[in-house]
Amino acid sequence: MAYTKRFDGRAFDELRKMKVKIGVVPRADGSALFSFGDTIAIAAVYGPRPLHPQHMQNPEKGVLRVNYDMLPFSVTERKKPGPNRRSSEISKVIEWALSPAVRIDEFPNTVVDIFIQVLQANASTRCAAINAAAIALAHAGVPMNELVGAVSIGKIDKSIVADLIKEEEDYEDGEGATDMPMAFTSRSNKLCLLQLDGKISGEELKEAIKAGEKACKKVYAEQKKALKMVKE
Amino acid sequence: METSNITRRRITEYLLEGKRFDSRKLLEYRNIEIESPVSNKAEGSAFVRIGKTEVAAGVKLGVSEPYTDSEDLGTLVTTVELSPLASERFELGPPKIEAIELARVVDRGIRESGFIDFNKLCIKSGEKVWTVFVDIYPLNDDGNLIDASSLAAVAALQNAVMPKYNEKTERVEFGKWTSKKLPLTEHMPLTLTLHKISRSIILDPCREEEDAQETRVSFAISPKGKDCMINAMQKGNESALTQDEISKMIDTAVEEWKKIYPAIAEKIKKVTAR
Repeated sequence: MAYTKRFDGRAFDELRKMKVKIGVVPRADGSALFSFGDTIAIAAVYGPRPLHPQHMQNPEKGVLRVNYDMLPFSVTERKKPGPNRRSSEISKVIEWALSPAVRIDEFPNTVVDIFIQVLQANASTRCAAINAAAIALAHAGVPMNELVGAVSIGKIDKSIVADLIKEEEDYEDGEGATDMPMAFTSRSNKLCLLQLDGKISGEELKEAIKAGEKACKKVYAEQKKALKMVKE
Repeated sequence: METSNITRRRITEYLLEGKRFDSRKLLEYRNIEIESPVSNKAEGSAFVRIGKTEVAAGVKLGVSEPYTDSEDLGTLVTTVELSPLASERFELGPPKIEAIELARVVDRGIRESGFIDFNKLCIKSGEKVWTVFVDIYPLNDDGNLIDASSLAAVAALQNAVMPKYNEKTERVEFGKWTSKKLPLTEHMPLTLTLHKISRSIILDPCREEEDAQETRVSFAISPKGKDCMINAMQKGNESALTQDEISKMIDTAVEEWKKIYPAIAEKIKKVTAR
């Protein structure tokens, strides 16, 4: 049977309920919690601060450094604590996704550290992580050109859907599941994260990217709303 | 040595005029050579040369427990080691992000295409399955390691045969092979990475060109009937892309794939035949 109705009853382009909380880590220079339904990520920003060891400093521009990880109890089967190959790669792509928005070149020899932990996972964790990190950067007062919003777009059987959940990621009937996490910058509207695994044609992929752009705008609205409520 | 800013600028300007240092066209690959096998101790192995970039890949099989969510499927482990033998830029020690990303991009291309028939790699459901280890070693880095590594991995897999498995002792008899090939499907993937340098899009960069790159997008594409499907993608590096740019890149990747895939697939099959 074709995938015409989503497992959780959402419309194809409907995101899960988003929740943003700012300043969840008072000790940090900036912090935020972002959730898509029951996927929850929390990000803390420290810096700009001097980068050590010194030989890693860049006299031309600052360094953006992202560390993404999942708590051992955030998934069904306990995740071994500490970094692994998956988290290293995701940290790197998040770094790439955020850097077009951050004016890191204004802070030579320094580092802006972003630490992200996933508290509870039900797919789209890297997207929730990016959304939390972008808000945390803004909250920290790091100069930015714009925000970054991320959503995972999926092709489940023949349907393009926004904000996947675990059951959809594991969908095997018909044409199966294709997972495409993507992120867009909020003002220049450029694609700054794109990954894909599954089976998809070039035309469908283009359609998915359009859907991603639309979905990321919804995320941006939510981010902006939350940031406006922050009072110094 | 790091590529200097002046060289990067020169490369960028040249490309805007449609020229490359080695007189190739923007989407033209360097000469691709494939050799196989490279080690008679491996279940399968291959050597790929793209211009001066050289990569060796080997396949070994082992027996292990399946994952709990797929009890009768074999598993795949892909590793890349960037040995200092291949470039003055690589260092000894635990794998750095470059090697991890490279391995994961290659892994996803192979895994998601369905090239390996994991259903046929089950020994005893829930208890024992075959694990396919693909180990990739660049031997000379002159750019485009993603495409070269993927190609080497695919060739090594195509070359692989199953080792002997002793049902009584439940152990692999390494060094003894069966006549059975590693179970593969017709969805042999080929990875193409497009590199954006200023307004130019190029394929198969040499080291200096890759250094001048602002962003790259890798596509692992495999045949689906008479058409093709994109199985894995990765955008790398900091610069963002407009909708237009990414649409053009998707079209270019599919077009170029259609041009070069048949000859490369045939070549792989020919040189890896036992």
